[in-house]
Amino acid sequence: MSDSATVADHNPALQHHFADMEQQQQAATMGMWVFLITEIMFFGGMFLAYMVYRYMYYAAFVAGSQAMDFWYGTINTIVLICSSLTMALAVRASQVGQRKALVALLIVTMLFGCAFMGIKAIEYTGHWRDHQFPGASFHFEGPDPQHIEIFFSLYWAMTGFHALHMLIGIVVVGFITFYAWRGRYGPDYHNPVENVGLYWHFVDIVWIYLYPLLYLISHKHTG
Amino acid sequence: MAAIPLPGAEHENYLNKEYGIRSWLLTTDHKRIALLYLLSITFFFFIGGFFALLIRLELLTPAGDLVQADTYNKLFTMHGQVMVFFFLIPAVPAVLGNFLIPIMIGAKDLAFPRINLLSWYIFIIGGCFMLYTILTGGADTGWTFYTPLSTSFLDTHVVAAAVAIFIAGFSSILTGLNFIVTVHRMRAPGMTWSRLPLFVWANYATSIIQVLGTPVLAITLALVALERLFHFGIFDPQKGGDPLLFQHLFWFYSHPAVYIMILPGMGVVSEIVACFSRKRVFGYKFMALAVIAIAVFGFLVWAHHMFVAGISLYAALVFSLLSYLVAVPSAIKVFNWTATMYKGSISYTTPMLYAFGFIGLFTMGGLTGLFLAALGLDVHVTDTYFVIAHFHYIMVGGMVMAYIGGLHFWWPKISGRMYPESWGRLAALTIFIGFNLTFFPQFILGYLGMPRRYWQYSPEYQVLNVLSTAGSTILAVGYVLPMVYFLWSMRYGKVADENPWGAAGLEWMTASPPPTFNFDETPEVTWEAYNYGEAKEVPVER
Repeated sequence: MSDSATVADHNPALQHHFADMEQQQQAATMGMWVFLITEIMFFGGMFLAYMVYRYMYYAAFVAGSQAMDFWYGTINTIVLICSSLTMALAVRASQVGQRKALVALLIVTMLFGCAFMGIKAIEYTGHWRDHQFPGASFHFEGPDPQHIEIFFSLYWAMTGFHALHMLIGIVVVGFITFYAWRGRYGPDYHNPVENVGLYWHFVDIVWIYLYPLLYLISHKHTG
Repeated sequence: MAAIPLPGAEHENYLNKEYGIRSWLLTTDHKRIALLYLLSITFFFFIGGFFALLIRLELLTPAGDLVQADTYNKLFTMHGQVMVFFFLIPAVPAVLGNFLIPIMIGAKDLAFPRINLLSWYIFIIGGCFMLYTILTGGADTGWTFYTPLSTSFLDTHVVAAAVAIFIAGFSSILTGLNFIVTVHRMRAPGMTWSRLPLFVWANYATSIIQVLGTPVLAITLALVALERLFHFGIFDPQKGGDPLLFQHLFWFYSHPAVYIMILPGMGVVSEIVACFSRKRVFGYKFMALAVIAIAVFGFLVWAHHMFVAGISLYAALVFSLLSYLVAVPSAIKVFNWTATMYKGSISYTTPMLYAFGFIGLFTMGGLTGLFLAALGLDVHVTDTYFVIAHFHYIMVGGMVMAYIGGLHFWWPKISGRMYPESWGRLAALTIFIGFNLTFFPQFILGYLGMPRRYWQYSPEYQVLNVLSTAGSTILAVGYVLPMVYFLWSMRYGKVADENPWGAAGLEWMTASPPPTFNFDETPEVTWEAYNYGEAKEVPVER
């Protein structure tokens, strides 16, 4: 938008308490990185629990991992990597001021996100049907079922919180798509797009770690 | 909106710029948000204090007569959770830090004013869950939520309490995030890192802990809730889960949380001591590095809460040694405050009395902390009143003293009015006496072997318990006094000028109360922090 804001101070997106656009942009970027650090610590708690129990109950974790559907996990990984690509392209489109490309890429990113959630929902339904949800109805054939229940507790907690982050990501991308469509972002002002991009990539990276830890640890045993 | 000038406060400021409930609930002004926090945490302080008084009343006699064991469990649980998560953790950062940090660094506001307001709303939502927990019968896990007690054996409102603290945690995270970015990106020209007031340094270090620690508590409580609601097995020993893992995760946050509660208090004391000694803080750089060191070491000592929980001896040894390390930067702080006062021109104003109280009581709390960090001694006094006395010396004797002292020190800036000085000194003295009478006997009780968390005790402990209960009554009076005269002073107090204490620091170079954007024009800093001696002297007698 903006009447070719040549002087940064006159940019309508500049909030009153910042001296100039550069300060505002640096603050926003730094805020996002600090937020991502808190997210790392949040997921870190579960990764720690995973590490401890995988060390304690290795055999049960392999057995639990064999109950995962390799292809759902793999396809979802590919879907998310593609969504990261479109997100990165969207950030670039906002930097160079290509409004239509920006809107299109954000929509594609959301679609990839929804596809991930859809596949995850199918997968969850399967686990639920097979009594692989912890609690009274949990049932698993084989030795050591209660340790496998811990594996599944971690599986549901880790992928569940990841899915929650995906959901939030899709909604937030929806908001910035709306503003992008209204023409709010351009070469002078695009840090909301960049920050949402950072968040999106972070959520992807969490999955990049979840995928091998949950789906692949048993692969050589099945192979 | 047209501002109606208040008598004596003719300039437009953040208080009289707009009126009406909307202008407060939708404000993004850090100073107004600070006052919103002030009201909210005062409310929770009195709720938590009410539980404390019930606990002390029950312990007046050895028999369990006032309340039954179950009720007593709920009382100390609710006391702990309300005080820690809804008063102590937000106290100095969210009230004084919120109000002062932007002004102290010469900024118009925090980096993210709307997120600042959001964090207050998140706090209120968390607070509503806490009130719901209390009103529907409370939780009785102890403030620590230890598993499997909390997950498998209780049918009280554990999930609601966990949700309350989970939500309030995000308010704490957002405040910390806001402060970090503000200190990095919003400093006025010339306000270098080595010119920052130590209050800003202290809150910066606190923010690092809030940002790194709180998410771990959040996920831990989330897993506890999942365990209760859906019978996940992560901490359930019946399924092979490990309760020690819970304790590690819980204390990974909750030990550093102690530093969330004490570091900002140290910042307050540095400001007060420098001002009322008329001297630059001794060893400024060491003081700044010490708060960062405490924040860093604070993350490496958590398992000293678990010496008797069954961790390995070698782990315990390492954690014990690391715990001693925290004493080094803490001692630097205490020695440097003392050195600041040495040959200073000291005036015994109310804030200074609180600072004295802080230094003495924090030293006691810190030294008894070393007792507890010693492996052998800890086995003897763990889970006794010795521990209770130790952490109340840090949190109440330290943090609450600093918080109330800070409120007095900056009250002229916040309200534009002076509090009545003689009442202030009386209250400070009352609190000091009441505090020591309440908690000093508990050191002895603990050493003699009285365990914590029981509603009845052997008759030979009664004398000391009566002393403690009597002290808590005096303490309560001491806490009510400032509330009364602060309210009184808002209308009848002497009008404060820009710098009633003759203090250094940017916050004293703008009007009292400050205008909405803090300064009429962005200041340019050309002087070092605490330039007492160079600055023009203003007499402070009364």
